[in-house]
This record gives sequence, structure tokens and C-alpha cells, in this order.
Amino acid sequence: MSLDLPLIWAAILAVAVLLYVMLDGFDLGIGILFPFAGSPSERDVMMSSVAPVWDGNETWLVLGGGGLFAAFPLAFAAIMPALYIPILIMLLALVLRGVAFEFRLNGRARGKRFWTGAFTVGSLAATIAQGLVLGGFIQGVTLRDRHFAGGVFDWLTPYTLLVAAGLVAGYALLGAAWLIWRTEDELHGRARRWAWVSLIAVAVLLAAVSLATLYVHPRVALRWGWENGHFDLGRLTPLLPIPLLGLAGLAVAALGLRRGAHGWPFAGAVLLFLSGYLGLAAGFFPNIVPYAMTFRQAANPDNALGLLLVGAAVLLPAIVGYSLWVYWIFRGKVGADEGYH
Amino acid sequence: MHFDALMLSRLQFAFTIAYHIIFPSFTIGLASFLAVLEGLWLVTRNEAFKVLYLFWIKIFAISFGMGVVSGVVISYEIGTNWSVYSAMASPVIGPLLAFEVLAAFFMEASFLGVMLFGWKKVGPRLHFAATVLVALGTLTSAFWIISANSWMQHPTGYVQLADGTLRATDWVLVIFSPTFPVRLIHMVLAAYLTTSLVVAAASAWRLLKEPDEEESSLALKMAIGMFAIVAPLQLLAGDTAGRQVLEFQPAKLAAIEGFWDTKAGQAFHIVAWPDRAIAANRWELSIPRLGSLITAHDANAQVTGLKAFAPQDRPPVALVFWAFRVMVGLGLAMIGLGLWGGWLCWRGHLAKARWFLGACVAMGPAGFVAVICGWIVAEVGRQPYVIYGVLRTADAVSPVTRGEVSASLLAFLGIYAVVFSVGALYILRLMDQGPLAGAAEPAGAAVRPPGYAFAAAPGEPEGRP
Repeated sequence: MSLDLPLIWAAILAVAVLLYVMLDGFDLGIGILFPFAGSPSERDVMMSSVAPVWDGNETWLVLGGGGLFAAFPLAFAAIMPALYIPILIMLLALVLRGVAFEFRLNGRARGKRFWTGAFTVGSLAATIAQGLVLGGFIQGVTLRDRHFAGGVFDWLTPYTLLVAAGLVAGYALLGAAWLIWRTEDELHGRARRWAWVSLIAVAVLLAAVSLATLYVHPRVALRWGWENGHFDLGRLTPLLPIPLLGLAGLAVAALGLRRGAHGWPFAGAVLLFLSGYLGLAAGFFPNIVPYAMTFRQAANPDNALGLLLVGAAVLLPAIVGYSLWVYWIFRGKVGADEGYH
Repeated sequence: MHFDALMLSRLQFAFTIAYHIIFPSFTIGLASFLAVLEGLWLVTRNEAFKVLYLFWIKIFAISFGMGVVSGVVISYEIGTNWSVYSAMASPVIGPLLAFEVLAAFFMEASFLGVMLFGWKKVGPRLHFAATVLVALGTLTSAFWIISANSWMQHPTGYVQLADGTLRATDWVLVIFSPTFPVRLIHMVLAAYLTTSLVVAAASAWRLLKEPDEEESSLALKMAIGMFAIVAPLQLLAGDTAGRQVLEFQPAKLAAIEGFWDTKAGQAFHIVAWPDRAIAANRWELSIPRLGSLITAHDANAQVTGLKAFAPQDRPPVALVFWAFRVMVGLGLAMIGLGLWGGWLCWRGHLAKARWFLGACVAMGPAGFVAVICGWIVAEVGRQPYVIYGVLRTADAVSPVTRGEVSASLLAFLGIYAVVFSVGALYILRLMDQGPLAGAAEPAGAAVRPPGYAFAAAPGEPEGRP
């Protein structure tokens, strides 16, 4: 039996990155919403709601990077130098907001204020940097002889800034929906208002990013059947479920918010992210370095991918299992008196 | 020194990895220490073990957080700054690094949540299991990263194809390259030494202030027990590692010892000023023939000197020579401290031995310094290669500009300085307050923010028989 190892690894990495975006998305979103909290004790609750799980969430980012290195090294070697500045901003921002979880608890008045600020600034900067990475990636990377050969600031364009704005709104939505799910009383009510604002912002920005992508990238537009000012339905139709999924997510989130549901807004936000993710992937697959290298060209030889798969086949189900268990342990509403019973 | 993108990338990597290694070398040992404390508490129900557990876990949480975020940086830096290396090394050691993520990072991160915040959510046995899994995770992480690093020191089990790319031919030889077992032992012992010295220093500090604090006295005895046994073992492990360097990396060995000429009966240079420009030591204080005896275990053995290698193939000498001497010097001091402490424990007046307690405090940071010096010996000694004999560091760098790397290096220096100072301050402040300060805290419910791990921890856990 011969497995299509590069395809399997492309799928595993795609899922890892998607999981990262959704999971770290809501805890980065908490950081983005931090300044809008009503009181320091509300901030404590917001942070407590993600404190046991944020580290596990961020590990999916390490799997995304480490997996790209291990399975598709030529893509890793091409993309990382191309996006040098936004990636390093992301890493430094993640350092700041990551240590803030512990430092905020240990700081006294001044220290606590500083790390509250650092948590916000770090979360926001990491999100913007991830948006610039995503935008720069979709824009395409200039390669010569398999190595990056573009400019230092290729990733900084109006398009990538638009994507970054969209991601900030998206993470804020995930964070707000998480708080609706996991908190109560005043904070819960506040989170509903945040969720409305960010949901509208996401709807507008997702539409804007979609249109901008068609406009800025004729290659992607062609995938969606957009050519010479009209759509080719033969190409568009098979991809239609993706925007429909997005509309469904929007509806689920909006209806959930209207009816005062606790869990549905988060489910709707997740569907929205899934739709956006698939929509972008449809534009560049099977390229792993848009639009210069396919995942097959970038892949490691089968003996390395095979060994990796043996390990992943054992370890990934275990990871999913104990991650779910940890979420189960910390299920339910995080009250202001959490930890004192 | 010419500050191009290559040199700046080397400085940045050296800085970020030296900064990073401080935390794992502490948390590997501390996670095991916490597992032992919690296990002893479950078995003996001696409350002192619980007090110590709840004290050291606060310090663990801070250090682990700093280790995690500085480690994420490294996994991306090999791509941003060393893309040629990444593309070349990945077909062989890619799986090793991925296994570190899959087998260790997820386990540590997930069960850390339970360990820190789950005291009231899960039963004591399950909580203990979470602590043990975090400790196992830290050791698993060390296993894979040292495996990958050992392969870079002495690559085996691969072939180089006509187009220059590498292919693994024997995964067992890749993962278990000949220097791996000893290097893993050397690293894990270093971590245990580092942690026990920190625990000893913090406990000694408390005993200097409060000679009757039983918890600190208990922790000090445990720490002395650890380094009194481990420090001599480390000397053996280090000696074995050195013999492998002699066999597999003779240029590194010559740099470590400041040997320039290849000859029988090399002298041991206690101190020297090695200078690459003149290919000699400017001055040296030496003991005849001891150099051959130490490195080859034979006073008359012929040991290769640096002049046997072309100048462009020689590692920096002075840095490696001195880093090695600092490491070994501190190691010998640790053995001495272990003997002294063991004798005092036997005589039974540990808490009143102020000179010894002072020495413990002074030796608190010795493990960190020794670990960083050890890494300098290993990594700088491997130069000019990044994969020994296969890929030169100068050929491994990414196509990035001097401006980009200068900016990121400055940002790292600034942000890491703030994070390190604040983290160190918070840890030292906790140590100064001692184990009992935290235990009294939950009475005043407003002190800890809600949801914090041990806000209520010292209360009786649920499910206690």
C-alpha cells in the first residue's frame, strides 16, 4: 500500500493551522478586548477563562511552524525569510502577552497595570502581525532558485493591512463569543455588545477582503470563475458552498446573539472562520508558497514523511484526546469567585 | 567583527537560545522536584511537602511561561534566519523536531493547565498524574532536542545526494547518533544540578533569616542530597562526553584545551590566552603531560592540535577554552558544596551553619552559568560548521538583509531584558517571602485574582480519604 504522504501532511498541517487560528484566536481576542472591560476584576475573570488553556492553544502554532519545517522544508525556507519582519513582530508580541499571564498575577499595582497593558498590546500586535503574514502569503512570494528573492517590505500593502484588520475583528469576535459562553452577569452582557460590534466588522471586512482578493489577484479570481468582468458559473458553482458556509456562520452568530444563546455565537464564529479559511485555501491550493511552489515540490522525501506519520498517528489522537479532557475539566462558567470554593 | 546579516543572525540566535536555555535547564529539574514533592505528600501526608509544592509551583509557573514563549521564537528563527540550514537539515532531523512538538510540547502545555489550575477540579491522584506528565514532557523534550543537536555535532545515518541534499538512510543512527546518549545524560544532569542549586539557595536564604523554618530546612536537605550525588556523576558524564569530542571533533577538543601543536604528552593549561592570529597561546600556566592524561586518559598519548586544521576550519579558541574552564570550575565547586553539605547533614547542624548557607546562596546561579558555558563549548566549538563537516554556518544563513536582522536583534535585546528582569524580580521576591507566605495567603481572598491556581489550594483537596 502506498500512501500519498505529501497530501496527508498538507492536510494535517492545514488542520493544525486552522485549529491554531480558532483556538489561539479566542485567547488573543480576549487580549484585544481587554481595554474595554468594565473593571480590573472583569479583566481577572477574562484572563482566568483562558489561563488554563492558552498554552495548549499556542502549541498548535509551534506545530504549524515545526510541521512546515519537518514536512515541507523548502516552503518553510522560502516563506520565513520572505515574511521576516511580521513573523518576528508576532514572536516578540507573543512573548510579551504570554508572560503577562503569570506576571500580571505577581505584579503589584504598577507591575499589574504594566502587564495588563502588555497583554493587550502583545495580543493586538500578534494578531496584526499574523494578518500581515496571512496577507503577504496570499499575495504571493517571489522566489528565485527556490529561495526568497523579493523585497524586505513586500508584505506591507493596502491589501495585507485590510487582511490584518479583518483578523483583528475576527479574533475579537471569537474572544467575545468565548466570553458569552464562559462568563456570566455584567461581563456576559458586555461581551454580547462586543460580539455584535465585532460580528458586523467581520462581515464587512470579510466581504471587503474577498472582493479585494478577486481584484488584486487575477489568479485567485480565475479560480473563482471571475474573468473579464463576469463570473463563469461552471467554476464558481463547486466553490459556492464556501461562501454559503460563511453566511450560515453569520446567521448562526447573529441569531444566537439575538436570542441570548450562550454557545451558539461561538459556533457561528467558528463557522465563519472555517469559511474564510477554506475560501482563501481555494485560491492558492495546491501551492504551499503562493504562487511559486506546490506542496509536492516542497515536500520532504517519503522516508521522512513516513516516519513522521507513524509518530503523528500515535501522538495526534492522544493530543486531541487530552486537550479535549482539559477543556472538559475547565468547562462551565468562570465566576468571580472561581477557585475559592 | 564584520556586522553583516550572517554575523547578526549568529548573535541573535546565540542570544535567543542562551536566553531560552536558562528556563528549560531550570524547569526540567523543577518539574521532577515538584512530582517528587507531590508524590511524597500523597504517601506521607506530611504537610511540609504540600507547602513546598505549592510554593515551588508558583516559581515553576513563571519560569515555564518564560521558557515556552522564548522557545516558540526558536522554532521560527531557524526559518527566518537559517533557511538554507532548514532546507538542508529537515529531511534528516525534521522528524526529530516535529516529535518534540508532538510528544512533549502538547503534553507539557495541556497538563500544565491542570497542574496550575486544576487542584480543585480533579482529585489528588489525577493532579499528581498531571504533575508527573509535565515532568515527563520536559524530559521528552530534552530527549528530542538533544537528539537533533547530537546529530548536528556528529551526523550519522544519512547520505548526501549528488545535488547536495541529504537523505536519512538509517533512522536509528540518526536519532541515536553515537554522542547522543552521553550528551542527553549530561544535559539532564545539568538541569537537575541547576534546579537543586536554586532550591538550595532559596532555602538557605530563608534559613539565614528564619533558622527554624522547617520547610526550608527540608527543602535544603533534599537539594543537598540531589547535588551531592549528581555533581560527581556529572563529572563522569562530562569526562565521557569529552572523550567523544576527542574522537569525533578533534578541532573542538584542541580549542577546549588550547592545544596548537599535535604532540604526545600535551600539557594541561590551567589558564592561558589563546590567540588565533598567532596560532599560539600568548601566555599559559601549565602542568606538563596532564593535558594528554585528562583528554585521552594516557599521559603519553598524542593529541591533535589546532594547527592540524586549516585556519578557516578552526573554531574560535579563546571563547571555547574559557567557557570550558568556567564550566568545569563551577562543576568542581558544586562537588565541594555537596561534600560540605553532606558532612553538615550528617553532623546535624545544617540550619546554623551560616557560612555554608551563604555559600549555597552564592552558588544559586552557578548551574545557569555552567549550562550556558557548556552550550558555548558545544556550539561555538562546532564552528565553522552548523552541521559538523557537512554545512558551514556561513552557508546556512537566510537571504535576509542587515537592516532586518539589526532591527530584530535590537528588539530582542530590549524586550528580553525587560521580561527577564521582571521575571527574575518576581521569582526572587517569592523566594524572599518563602514557602509559608503563600500558604497563608488564601485567607485574604482579595490577594489573589479569581481563578488563580492556588487561590484556595492549601485547603483540603476534594476526595481526600
